Parts: sequence; C-alpha cells; structure tokens
Amino acid sequence: MPAAGVVLIATVVLIVLALVVYLVSTIVALRQITNGLDDAIAAVGEIIEKSAPVNEVVTTINQNLDAAVDALEGLLVKKAGMVDAVGLVDGLYPGAAKEGFRNFPESTSVKAPRISEVYTKGTLTLARLGREAPIAAASPSGAAIRNEVLASLSARLLYPEGRQSRPEHMPRSPVIGTDSPVQYEPSESPGVRKRFAKEEGSPRADSSTV
Amino acid sequence: MTLWWIGDVLLIVVLAVVIYLLHGVLAEARSIVPSIRRIAGAAKAGSKDLDAVPLLLTTQDQVIRTVENVANYGGSLDVIVDDA
Repeated sequence: MPAAGVVLIATVVLIVLALVVYLVSTIVALRQITNGLDDAIAAVGEIIEKSAPVNEVVTTINQNLDAAVDALEGLLVKKAGMVDAVGLVDGLYPGAAKEGFRNFPESTSVKAPRISEVYTKGTLTLARLGREAPIAAASPSGAAIRNEVLASLSARLLYPEGRQSRPEHMPRSPVIGTDSPVQYEPSESPGVRKRFAKEEGSPRADSSTV
Repeated sequence: MTLWWIGDVLLIVVLAVVIYLLHGVLAEARSIVPSIRRIAGAAKAGSKDLDAVPLLLTTQDQVIRTVENVANYGGSLDVIVDDA
C-alpha cells in the first residue's frame, strides 16, 4: 500500500475518533441540562401550586382590614371631631395628617393641631406607650419623653442633680477598718459613745442660765 | 499519486475544522449546565419558601376575629362616648 493511502486511512480514523469523543461529551452535557430543567420545572410547578390561593386569601384579609380601618376612622371622627382626630393621628404617626383619612377627603385640608394643645401630657404619654412612636419627632422643640437614645438621660434627670449627672463631684465614701485614717475610740459601754457620755455628765451652758 | 496526497491534505484540513467546531459546541453545552443547576436550586428554594403559605388561612381567620372584636369595642365606644 502506498504511503499516501496509509495517511488517508489514518486521517479518516482520526476524524471518526474526534466525532465520537466530542459528540459523546456533548450528549452527556445535554443530558445534564435536561435533568436540571426537569428539576427546575418541577419546582416551578410547586411554586404555582402553592401560591395559587394566596391572591384570594390576601384579598379577603385586605377587605376585612379595610372595613376595620373605615369603621375606626369613622368612629374617631364622630367622637373626636375632624380637627382633633387629625391631630391625634398626626401626633401618633408624624406626617400622617398629610395623607388624611380615606373616607374623609376633606381631612387632607385640615391643619393638624399640635397634639399637646389638645390633650394633656399624660394622655399623650399613655397613647404613645407601646407604639414605639418617636415623641421627639412629634414635638421637636420639647424634651423627649420616651426615646431609645435619650431614655437613660431622661431617667437620670429624675434624681437629684449632682448624684447622676456629676457623680465625680460627690464626696467619697469613708474608709473604715483598723487602717482607716480616722480612728474612733472604742466605747466602754455598747451603744454609747464616749463624747456623748462626757456631755451628759458636764453641766450644759443653757441649763446654767436658767 | 499526487491526487492521493492532495486528498490527504484536504482530509487533514477537514479534521482540523471538525475538531474546532465540535469543541465549540461542547464548550457551549457545558457552560449551560451550571446555569441550569442554579435555576433549579433557586426554584427549589422558592418552592420551600412558600411552605408557610397555608398559614395565611390561619391569619385570615385571626384577622376576621380581630375585626369582629374591634367592631364590638367600637360599638360599645359609640354608645359610651359622646359625639364631638
């Protein structure tokens, strides 16, 4: 066989081998893709199945909450009046007066009064307890009543000045014990100090004048 | 004889072209696999996140009860408190 024929046969064999190797590798990769897509499609099917009732349930919840909000807003406006109602809501949730009440379009044009002018401080504090409302934001000119940052300082101000704000100026506690700089003489009779006994024995200045 | 050698050269060129093309196809097919795996993982995680959806039914019942209680309190307040 001529050399050219041998080269021809070898080249054909190499082409066939290359086709086999690459095509088998491609088939393996495509099979992995198919398996991955099967998993993804199954999971997407679960998502669709699980999320099917969400729309209906959330719509029902929103309808109930809307009804409650409408009733409470109506009751608040009926009992407190439009101006005070807007002021109370704006005091609890600063900035809410701009949005107004949903069923009372005229509430957006009401100028919310300062809540401290309508209700007492105690009422305001009770209304704000538990709501995490930033009281300092509602009345920026006044002192914060309940604030996460200023809470410790507010509590300190309840105690006498000097003990809490400047404790370093307070006199130190006396040193006691046998090595203390001030030694007191032991009493001869328990419960009675010596100097008190001397004073009782000596005539007092005021008694001699009487 | 010369034609034989010309045929050999052509076959070698064909072999190089075939290897180049098959290598490109294989590289693209393999690059898709990680993306598909990430998509499958994300879809499974999303499906798992929705396992709590049935609790919405409990939330719905609680909301209905709460609104009923609020309505009862509101009715009482409407009677007790004077209008503005």
